Amino acid sequence: MEFLNGLVFLTNFVIIPATAYGAQLALGALGITLVYAILRFSNFAHGDTMAFGTAVAIKITAGLVALGVTLGPLPTALLALPIAIIVTGLLLLGTDWLIYKFYREQKAKPVILVIVSLGVMFVMNGLTRVFIGVRDIQFTDGARFVITVRQFRDATGLDEGLAIRTTQAITLVTAVIVMAALFWFLNRTRTGKSMRAFSDNEDLALLSGIDPDRVVRVTWLIVAALATTAGVLYGLDKSFKAFTYFQLLLPMFAAAIVGGIGNPVGAIVGGFLIAFAEVTITYPLKKVLTYWLPESMAPEGLVQLMSGDYKFAVSFMILIIVLLFRPTGLFKGQSI
Amino acid sequence: MTDNAYQDDRGNKDRSITKPGGGTAQPVAKGGKSTAVTGSAFLVGQGMTGGYGKGPDILHDCTIAVDPGEIAVIVGPNGAGKSTAMKAMFGMLDVRQGSVVLDGEDITRLSPQDRVVKGMGFVPQTQNIFTSMTVEENLEMGAFIRRDDLRDTMAQIYDLFPILKDKRNQAAGELSGGQRQQVAVGRALMTKPKVLMLDEPTAGVSPIVMDELFDRIIEVARTGIPILMVEQNARQALEIADKAYVLVQGRNAHTGTGKELLADDDVRRSFLGG
Amino acid sequence: MTDTLRTGLFTGLVVLLIVGTGVLDNWNLALIIVNYGLISAIMALGVNLQWGLAGLFNVGVMGFVALGGLASVLISMPPVPEAWSAGGVQVLGALAFGLAVIVALVASYKRTSGRLRAGLMIVLMIAGFFIFRSIFDAGVAAIESVNPASTGFLGGLNFGGDSGRDWPWIVVIGWPVGGLLAAGAAWVIGKTALGLRSDYLAIATLGIAEIIIAVLKNENWMSRGVMNVIGLPRPVPYETDLQADPGFVEAAANLGVDPVTASTISVKLAYSGLFGVFLIVLLILAQRALHSPWGRMMRAIRDNEVAAEAMGKDVTRRHLQVFVIGSAICGLAGAMMTTLDGQLTPAGYQPLRFTFLVWVMVIVGGSGNNFGAALGGMLIWWLWVAVGEYGPDLMVWATSALSDDSALRQSLVDSAPQMRFLVMGTVLLLILRFSPRGILPEK
Repeated sequence: MEFLNGLVFLTNFVIIPATAYGAQLALGALGITLVYAILRFSNFAHGDTMAFGTAVAIKITAGLVALGVTLGPLPTALLALPIAIIVTGLLLLGTDWLIYKFYREQKAKPVILVIVSLGVMFVMNGLTRVFIGVRDIQFTDGARFVITVRQFRDATGLDEGLAIRTTQAITLVTAVIVMAALFWFLNRTRTGKSMRAFSDNEDLALLSGIDPDRVVRVTWLIVAALATTAGVLYGLDKSFKAFTYFQLLLPMFAAAIVGGIGNPVGAIVGGFLIAFAEVTITYPLKKVLTYWLPESMAPEGLVQLMSGDYKFAVSFMILIIVLLFRPTGLFKGQSI
Repeated sequence: MTDNAYQDDRGNKDRSITKPGGGTAQPVAKGGKSTAVTGSAFLVGQGMTGGYGKGPDILHDCTIAVDPGEIAVIVGPNGAGKSTAMKAMFGMLDVRQGSVVLDGEDITRLSPQDRVVKGMGFVPQTQNIFTSMTVEENLEMGAFIRRDDLRDTMAQIYDLFPILKDKRNQAAGELSGGQRQQVAVGRALMTKPKVLMLDEPTAGVSPIVMDELFDRIIEVARTGIPILMVEQNARQALEIADKAYVLVQGRNAHTGTGKELLADDDVRRSFLGG
Repeated sequence: MTDTLRTGLFTGLVVLLIVGTGVLDNWNLALIIVNYGLISAIMALGVNLQWGLAGLFNVGVMGFVALGGLASVLISMPPVPEAWSAGGVQVLGALAFGLAVIVALVASYKRTSGRLRAGLMIVLMIAGFFIFRSIFDAGVAAIESVNPASTGFLGGLNFGGDSGRDWPWIVVIGWPVGGLLAAGAAWVIGKTALGLRSDYLAIATLGIAEIIIAVLKNENWMSRGVMNVIGLPRPVPYETDLQADPGFVEAAANLGVDPVTASTISVKLAYSGLFGVFLIVLLILAQRALHSPWGRMMRAIRDNEVAAEAMGKDVTRRHLQVFVIGSAICGLAGAMMTTLDGQLTPAGYQPLRFTFLVWVMVIVGGSGNNFGAALGGMLIWWLWVAVGEYGPDLMVWATSALSDDSALRQSLVDSAPQMRFLVMGTVLLLILRFSPRGILPEK
């Protein structure tokens, strides 16, 4: 019983939040990894792309709610998501046409594109701020919980409760669907395979008659879908603030690189790894240990290994350790 | 530093932000048209003069031709422009003078992709497979321009290269050198090309594998596809060649059948070691 | 256009913009722009050294700038003796212990192998961590409980009186110390990131910058965290002192300026002079370095690493060297900035402002050209302030066609302060597109 209580406590405060956060990071890292694989640079504007997509979704959600359209127990934002993806996709295609395309034609070196993406990052950041402001915005509605602490306690008779918020459940379900669809697309469809071929060997892809412009367009559309989905899920789970999304850049990059940048499986594994490490190391584990250890060994302090503000340090340490032992990341990077 | 500021990366090799090994091809631009011509060989590069980008001419009035059922080889010393001549025929560099004609059509202004559509199959010397994809996916990508059923063509290629059938679900990058070359040739054959061009297919493989590869190439030629091939191993190449071109400094030095050139004292002294 | 003429014209433009701000608006603002502009120019010089000369992509400028700011506090603030006696020794002891554990970890990694190594390292790591935390946490708690409202930290090394005003010179000492602190951090991070099989400097610097900010926000015993350190001593006179000085008042009267304005302007001019001296010295050093054999070698490495390596140049070592020097310059600038601010506010460090804006300065000014980077720093800083200052007014004017209560107008005017980012991004993109080598290209 003690053991179960400890486990439930751990699940409630560490495993469930970390899983949801991991899924959000993984979706974000997937977008970064795809741009890296196909366009050969790290997109610093990705966090702001997420913020923009989420801002669009918030505006649409507000419009829908005002019209009286809701999804019942589910957040209305899910209904707004497809439209937000289309809007973000158009923005990314426009950005590519107006900005990135020129550099591709110039055969610009990837690092130049990285600097270009810094410019795009500034513009998108400004755009989002002008569009929706800098306030903290909550936009989730519908039922708050799938299971509440009380329901769980009544059902199991344990001391500790376990709650699953709707947003957490939705995050996980959506992430699984999106990831499955992405892998199906990359491995089973002609267009998906042509993207992998292009990522693997650009010259040979050209010789095989693969149209690079089309590959790039499809990539941006997928990136828009991934970024908007990740952004909306993160915003539903926590809250929306333009600056927070910018700060997600570091854990997302870390996730992509730890997994092996350019490798989608790696991005997913990296996302969950970073999320679990961050949450575990910065959460006070006193109660779990009190349940699990014999009374004489029960800890006195909070057993919070690091204060919450150091979560970046956690991502970073994992990154360095992995790179020291596996320079290409956990999964071999640089191709999809 | 390069002239193009966009290509100046200041020696940055940061792997966390940039992915190395982008495309290097500077092919003829898209959108060119082909015109009908008559009275020449099946595939012929006639009097080609040209070089890469804005650089100096590498080829000087160079002529290469191949007809159905033939194996034509281009041999010559290092830096003679053998590969360049082949790339010129495939549209990978600007042909400033002269023309390329395929099956009665002048294709000099077509991009490489359009030439693939017109029926040219090209196997580059290096990086000629998708290493992270399976053998079967490599073949599929070879046939990217085709919209019809690929299964028959794929079966033919598996007949031609049985080892590939066994390894069809394995990543091509995990195969041995000779097997990789078979994948590369198979990939090019997937478009059912009218002509197959091979750039040093035996570079870097052992002599035994080389012999096997030559056998396979002869088998491909027997199916009726004309083959144009650049070879470093001049003697073996001339032995299987119906037609052979010796290039020196981008110019035609000797032309004849493989046997004629093998017998030619001049050729033997200069390239075949006596 | 010759290089000299181009440099002259660019300098003229920057001067014109600043003088224009002074004439058309007010000189106080113009001087504020000059002072922060000079600091920005120094930061840009540092980044230009890394990117322009060696192609190193440092996206952790903010971290080094913040470390400089920390150094400025640690040197120029008066010490807090009660805090030192409460837990100072304990905290320093804990840090020394932590360092010893790390040294032991490295030693056991190098000296042992196999299971012994794994076991030893795990034991060392876990035991070390918990022992460290137990010593450290107690010391920290003791320090932070000393008058938390105004101190609660160890303070600095300024023994010049209660407020540190008697030792104004120590503030200037704090600046190069900021450089040293940043250099130390850069050495550790560069050694790790450049030493990996391939180069991972960008992500490493991005991460370390966030970590440094997290340390500054959390380690109250050192930096007072989000409670900020205020009232930093100055290297220049205080306005109130000047106003109380009869000589100064008389001199101001002779010039026909009222003493209050004269004092604020004088203080700012004094800062400008100090910063200007630092910038000029650094510019001279940077130019000499660029044209020295060392600079030629760096460019040779940058332009052809393989050839340079074949000639026996230790590329990684050189990269590390230039990375450390560049970061030190950023640290120096950061210390100067904290002094100028008169306070350390860890929450104020934002990557867009302190990392990426410096990048805009370098790219716009001209990567690889020291004058370009420095002038780019001044120009972009002017633009940054100008958009913030005049943007809202401009927006009110631009939307005057709309009615006053129009929601669109309201939201546009409200969002005007956010226009900064749009403008910076647009400027960067335009320069990259149409003048990719920047305003003053590298020769």
